[in-house]
Amino acid sequence: MPLVAVPGATSRLRATRQALRAATAEDRARSLRDAAAAIRRRNLEMISRAGQGHIGGDFSATDVLAVLYTAVLDLDPEHPEAPERDRYIQSKGHASGALYATLAYAGFFADAELDTYMEPLSALNGHPNRRKIPGVETNTGPLGHGLPVAVGTALAAQLDGSARRTVVLTGDGELQEGSNWEAAMSAAHHKLANLTVIVDRNRFQQGAGTEETSGLEPLADKWAAFGFAVQHVDGHDHEALYQALSAHPDGPDADRPVCLIADTVKGKGVSFIENRAEWHHKVPTADQTAAALQELAR
Amino acid sequence: MTTAAPALHDCRKVFAQTLIELAEQDPRTVAVCNDSVGSSNLKEFAGRFPERLINVGIAEQTMVGAGAGLANGGRIPYVCAASPFLTGRALEQIKADVAYSRTNVKLCAMSPGFAYGQLGPTHHSVEDLAWLRTLPEMTVLVPADPAETREALLWAHEYDGPVFIRIGRTGVPDVEPHVPFKVGKAATLREGSDLTVIAAGTTIPAALEAADKLTAAGVSARVLNLSTIKPLDEDAVLAAARETGRIITVEEHNVHGGLGSAVAETVVAHHPVPMRLLGVADEFTPTGSAAFLAEHFGITAEGVLHAADELLDAATPASAGTPSAPGAAAS
Repeated sequence: MPLVAVPGATSRLRATRQALRAATAEDRARSLRDAAAAIRRRNLEMISRAGQGHIGGDFSATDVLAVLYTAVLDLDPEHPEAPERDRYIQSKGHASGALYATLAYAGFFADAELDTYMEPLSALNGHPNRRKIPGVETNTGPLGHGLPVAVGTALAAQLDGSARRTVVLTGDGELQEGSNWEAAMSAAHHKLANLTVIVDRNRFQQGAGTEETSGLEPLADKWAAFGFAVQHVDGHDHEALYQALSAHPDGPDADRPVCLIADTVKGKGVSFIENRAEWHHKVPTADQTAAALQELAR
Repeated sequence: MTTAAPALHDCRKVFAQTLIELAEQDPRTVAVCNDSVGSSNLKEFAGRFPERLINVGIAEQTMVGAGAGLANGGRIPYVCAASPFLTGRALEQIKADVAYSRTNVKLCAMSPGFAYGQLGPTHHSVEDLAWLRTLPEMTVLVPADPAETREALLWAHEYDGPVFIRIGRTGVPDVEPHVPFKVGKAATLREGSDLTVIAAGTTIPAALEAADKLTAAGVSARVLNLSTIKPLDEDAVLAAARETGRIITVEEHNVHGGLGSAVAETVVAHHPVPMRLLGVADEFTPTGSAAFLAEHFGITAEGVLHAADELLDAATPASAGTPSAPGAAAS
């Protein structure tokens, strides 16, 4: 059975976005915090049930996803291929749990579908498949694929003279893939101001810290040298993320692509998972799940 | 038998003309390349449609990824690069971003096979068909002459899905008779009942020359132009097996994994008959021009005749049961 949108999802999502934009910073932050907590809880249940997943990288990205899907991007869950939609491309495909929980939260498909995560023949594979999951733009999993594709979607918008934007989320470890830097060079060369790269800077990769593996620093300087307008943002501060994602820098940066380095904590939200490399793809026990859900309910 | 040598064509020329025509007719048409404006013959396109020629620089992974992104944005991207770099460097992008994501990207593989001659194995593309053939959703085309190249491109433009198409630089004659290109259909260029030669692209002339010599010697040789490597025309291949009992394949590709392998997989599963597979023996090519290398590996009319002798001899009791190694026909 193909996944289909929840009826009325588009108008609900648009109303949410409008309300969040009109809200006070305080109210907006509260709503976004609630959204992120709901997504994390569902994500945790999915991983616990499936006995598989990448909880560390899911939870470092959840706040970014919650802000993008509820307050920033112009999306149409009931017409997931509407030509003028904004494009969200998740290069870190292994954070599929966070992506699926967010897509369901936004109404791209029914929440109950999340219970099939990684089950045999489920549409919800360990890495996203655009042909089975509405709202997924490109199939990722191998690292370093998102940014080149995002360059293409941004070029298409530029050719069309369209205001639609492309936002791509990359892991930090995956910036060791050279394809990212090819694409970065190309994005700046083509003045893709409609492109925003968000780096989920949780400082860990599969086995160890990024800086002990193949150091990325000085990371902001690298993006700046490649022609991006670079900004650091606290990747768990919803209001800061909202503000950073809502306005394009002007002046000399007006025609540059944007790089937001989102400083994040791997496994954010659950004390015993945070900042531990072994939780890259460890699965919580039943007791740990209960404890984690309790922390996330606060 | 001596006639004036036929005019030889560089298929990149008709590729360039056809792409310009498609760009004139369809604003969705864009070309994406890796600094190969010259070698992909895109200079005129660049002059006519500067905004629709996207040169990502020497960056094949970005070239293919951006092609997939442009398709996501409603464009029809023609991703153009020398075949060895398009396929070898960007194979994972071709797999994930194009085939698995099933994006409407047309991969235009310039100068395939050993067209780059003396530049050596790094610049040869005799693995591309093997690599591309194993990707679900991918259509793999090897047109033989300008007319077929043009028809294949026109078909690819209308088809909504990934297509890989070899665009040759090696001079090729117009194939006679001209059979209009139909995707997934092998064209019968010569009727015959004693054996079948199956070829594609640059090896068609060798197949035809050999078949005509065999016919003159009283052996009825069928020739199939297998310009669609995938999806394979199983009906034509199995009819050849059933009706002629012997099959020779000849390709500008490693003998492993390409046209010959595709044919053999079907033959062995449904109607086994003796076969000879001619192509690049499983080794890196020595120094030499494309013509020299074709001779060296027996991808020639003589190579086909030699293989035909073996197959026909093998039918007699005296020499039955001594098959020669694949690809070793002209060693």
